[in-house]
Amino acid sequence: MRIQRIKPPQNGDADPGKVDLSLMDALLEKYKNRKGNLIPLLQGTQDIYGYLPIAAFYRIHESTGLELNEMYGVATFYAQFRLTPAGKHIVKMCHGTACHVQNVTAITDEILDNLQVKDGETTKDGLFTIETVACLGCCSLAPVMMIGEETYGKLTPREAVKIIREIRRSENN
Amino acid sequence: MGKTQVIVGLGSCGIAAGARKTYNEFQRIMQADKLDFELKKTSCIGMCFREPLVEVIDESGAYLYGEVDPQRVDEIIEKHIKKFSPIPEYIVQSDKYPSKDQQFFDGQVKISLRNCGHIDPESIAEYEARDGYKAIRKIAAGNISPDKVIQDVLDSGLRGRGGGGFPTGMKWKFARNNQSERKYVICNADEGDPGAFMDRSILEGDPHGVLEGMIICGYAIGASEGYIYCRAEYPLAIKRLNIAIAQARDKGYLGKDVFGISGFDFDIIIKEGAGAFVCGEETALIASIEGMRGMPRRRPPFPAEAGLWKNPTNINNVETFINIPWIIYNGPDAYASYGTEKSKGTKVFALTGKIRHGGLVEVPMGITIKDIIYKLGGGITGDKKFKAVQLGGPSGGCIPEHLSHTQVDYDSVNATGAIMGSGGMVVMDETTCVVDIAKFFLDFTQKESCGKCTFCRLGTKRMLEILTRITEGEGKEEDIQTLEELAETIKDSSLCGLGQTAPNPVLTTIKYFRDEYEAHIRDRKCPAISCKKLLTYTVIEENCTGCMACIKGCPVDAIEGEKKQTHKILQDVCIRCGVCFTKCKFEAIRVS
Repeated sequence: MRIQRIKPPQNGDADPGKVDLSLMDALLEKYKNRKGNLIPLLQGTQDIYGYLPIAAFYRIHESTGLELNEMYGVATFYAQFRLTPAGKHIVKMCHGTACHVQNVTAITDEILDNLQVKDGETTKDGLFTIETVACLGCCSLAPVMMIGEETYGKLTPREAVKIIREIRRSENN
Repeated sequence: MGKTQVIVGLGSCGIAAGARKTYNEFQRIMQADKLDFELKKTSCIGMCFREPLVEVIDESGAYLYGEVDPQRVDEIIEKHIKKFSPIPEYIVQSDKYPSKDQQFFDGQVKISLRNCGHIDPESIAEYEARDGYKAIRKIAAGNISPDKVIQDVLDSGLRGRGGGGFPTGMKWKFARNNQSERKYVICNADEGDPGAFMDRSILEGDPHGVLEGMIICGYAIGASEGYIYCRAEYPLAIKRLNIAIAQARDKGYLGKDVFGISGFDFDIIIKEGAGAFVCGEETALIASIEGMRGMPRRRPPFPAEAGLWKNPTNINNVETFINIPWIIYNGPDAYASYGTEKSKGTKVFALTGKIRHGGLVEVPMGITIKDIIYKLGGGITGDKKFKAVQLGGPSGGCIPEHLSHTQVDYDSVNATGAIMGSGGMVVMDETTCVVDIAKFFLDFTQKESCGKCTFCRLGTKRMLEILTRITEGEGKEEDIQTLEELAETIKDSSLCGLGQTAPNPVLTTIKYFRDEYEAHIRDRKCPAISCKKLLTYTVIEENCTGCMACIKGCPVDAIEGEKKQTHKILQDVCIRCGVCFTKCKFEAIRVS
């Protein structure tokens, strides 16, 4: 079921709590009295912080009167929302039908193995978050992965790892 | 005729294949050499297997070049643009030169994709130059009544292209007949079927066409507001839609009294989906626009009666809307002249999987699956044997090779147990295991189930557990029967399309490939040599050089042998992970 997809924050997970809530002012002003504003508010908040900090839920509640439980329900229902900070680069591994038939599983395994993380996790240096997604819609280039807004097609396990290594190298320089 | 035009295909697939580099290279040389040609962008041409694609149009005609990497850019500039001498070996389509890829285009009829790859999607002028906004102008100029518009849509025989196949004109009629101050038009662009990408291509390639279809619908049913619910995974589509909407507002094509039709106000807003497959279902989609969790509700009342914020609402998908301007402009009879008796017009299919020419094709309804795969698609990759095709994504089913003479129209496809769905066609060859495919789809629907209906929530989970067991060699004799029973119960007791169709992939694969299920369960064998846990890895002694690569790679120390001596795999230790197979550079590991 959908809700299991996102892990709620565990004790000890970094929720800085120190986020600058004033960054949300313009967003709240824009959507304050609009119908159906819950999802755009959460999407906007995630655009600002990269995830949904707990403090932001309270800020939205104070400003708009939206209920906390409704927000949490929505935030855990949709795959887009994350409750913990993500890595600098989000690597989306396409596990659509075409990619599956072209053996994307081997590529994902290779990347996870190489980065020493599990699906959905972030590397210790905070550079990469690996996520498997349903379909990126580039089926004829399968297997495909997307890093940021860049799509890489016709991958092999070796190439995929090479791409990640190159990003890491340019980050470390 | 003016300057030579160079048009680069910059759809998502093209960009992934490196089209932006190609574009930049043209730009760089053009500026460096001070060349006088016009460099333009367009979207997906549909010929994904030859991306990046570049079309050169000069005085002598149009030439489509395939696989244009920066090196080919140099050659095309040197030979074609500077010396007017086209390069036949790179041409994939042209009137002047025969191409072995020509058969990909033969037999296609482009109505939905009429502008894709022909216009710059960010230019409203180019859309208008190809009869854009002429359908709504025809309505305004001829004072054509909303009822007549709906009658035209009915007469065209257009059925919902999102998968359901409900007659579009009928849907519009219901929405028109319900009286209300406010009514809404929603474009469902939450294309979630893995393996289908025609809606993305249409949105990226012809956004104004979708807007015009929605404006016409708004006029017909009496709505003043339109929503496009687009998945966030399609950033380029959203960007181009935003540009198109801004252009249309500037020109007064959206806003008050649009196209001079007094009293007809219409505007369009984009809503970004937040990632939930179930939101493709119309009541879930409405809940999501309202800002709630995307959970379906009971119908009736149908959205045409009480949809968005309880107002009458008409929902169609992208491919349905793109057909509307063409139908109104060219007349319903022109549209109905294509297709079969009950399925009129054309349908776009996304050809993917083990097929030589993957891409987007638009064909008249009634063409056979065989013709799509062998004529347009060029057959199976690597000359393997064609096994089956999965039609309709996770809600659809497998159609086996012996039924490949099936015509693609709603009723013939339904008769096989599959559904037309949104038109994703994933081709499988003899190395694809159908049990694994069924497991794959069920894993998807199981994760995407919203959790409202018990049988969908728990039933799919139980089915997935059984299928996992079978593919791991732990299947039980009674498993097939249990799967069938669960499937029927889930179908009967789920509220929405997701649950009602989720068991289809399992049911169709059992129906057509029962022997493969039995081989997994009884013989602990995977006939397609695909299910990892059922394979045996052995060393081919003649090929083994004793390089130790597999020994170093093996995570459980299941391979023994000294350097430069033949290695041996210990079967009782081996966990069948396949690492030795990938590590070996000498093809010395046999999988059986």
